[in-house]
Amino acid sequence: MNPIEFFIIKCICVYLSGIGFGLIVNLPHKALNIAGFNALLGWLVYYVIINTWGGLGSSNFFGGLCIGVTSVIIARWKKMPSILFDVPGLVPLVPGGQAYNTIKSFAMGNYQAAFSYLSEVIWIAGSIALGFIVAELVNKIRIKVERDLRKLKRSRKSKI
Amino acid sequence: MTAHLINQISGVRLSVLNPVISGVCKLMDEEQRKYEQKRQHDQLVLDTCILAGTIMIESGSEMTRVNNTILRIARNAGLAKARVYVTVTGIIMSGGVSDVGAQVGSIDKRSFDLEKVAKVNELSRLFEAKQIDISDFYDQLIHIDDVVGTFPLWVQEIGAGIVSGALTVVFRNNIADFWITCLVGMAGWAVLYFLNIYVQIRFLSEFLAAAVVAALAIMSVQLGFGHQADDIIVGAMMPLVPGIPLTNAVRDALSGNLISGPARGIEALISACALGFGVAIALHFM
Repeated sequence: MNPIEFFIIKCICVYLSGIGFGLIVNLPHKALNIAGFNALLGWLVYYVIINTWGGLGSSNFFGGLCIGVTSVIIARWKKMPSILFDVPGLVPLVPGGQAYNTIKSFAMGNYQAAFSYLSEVIWIAGSIALGFIVAELVNKIRIKVERDLRKLKRSRKSKI
Repeated sequence: MTAHLINQISGVRLSVLNPVISGVCKLMDEEQRKYEQKRQHDQLVLDTCILAGTIMIESGSEMTRVNNTILRIARNAGLAKARVYVTVTGIIMSGGVSDVGAQVGSIDKRSFDLEKVAKVNELSRLFEAKQIDISDFYDQLIHIDDVVGTFPLWVQEIGAGIVSGALTVVFRNNIADFWITCLVGMAGWAVLYFLNIYVQIRFLSEFLAAAVVAALAIMSVQLGFGHQADDIIVGAMMPLVPGIPLTNAVRDALSGNLISGPARGIEALISACALGFGVAIALHFM
């Protein structure tokens, strides 16, 4: 199978995984499609970065950042809570493979490998969380700037 | 009515003062009635706030949203000085008026039902826009299980299957095992669903579901349906991963809620450990 076909299949799978997780946690019907696209967007950012210049940390960081920012934008647009969009969005970024390898190594008594996988899991989870933190910061700044701009416009109008 | 009583008690017929007394008494009655009405209204607002908060926390909302929603409802209903203290296991709220005391709501079970969060949010928006009044609001919250539909089991099963199969492809680049992973994931979700109904301990049902998933995956490879047992397990575990407590733990800790954030983190950690032990036991015995 050539790489482009495989990439497209992966994209479809990411979209489907967002929708599937939405079905499990009982999202409203209107939010399902957008949650899938949000997951796809975050994963694309992750995928592009990890395949060009970034390592595990930066790719997950920017993936989490992207999901955090877009889900707040979507939430304002759709007038729904932002948690509806970022929970399905994070599903494709979860370090499932590494977590499983940790457990398997522990179960097989291979502690050296287990600890190295465990540190990888912690590193990935920490980067995603950090991305979320920065996303929160970006959103707060964005809202504040918008409010200030509106105030500025109003004051200018009243002067004229 | 009060005027009549005063007349009887005094025993003297002050016919000149009669209209004045009755007028004053009518005013007092009116005042009393208004006071009673206000008290009932405030009580209803407090009940609504507590109920809304309880539903939101039970369905997996983050604490800042619960706090904001409750305060917004109270402010729009005229309780400007309302105060609220929200944790994962309980809500304490006072109205800021002397007539009604503080209220406590306790939260015993937590599940994931984001549509309820969205519904409460929508109702509070409608209330803010004055399209529904407080008693409507309360009614809808009481009957939220009828208002908000849950996906039936078969739709949830399809969701679990899609998540499992798709994530095997994404995480492990393994297209050949798509269908068998779907089936194993569906079986794991069904085990979790039914155990959650019959056994009230969430961690135990997660443990058993993980064990079932791993055992089925290894069996399917042994019987020749699948190719890579590891990939099937990774995919089929994904519907069981505690995604909402994890994201909420980060958010709550970030917003400065140092009680709820770590508590949720512990919840997610215990879930993850239960899943891990389930898989480990199945790997040992198969």
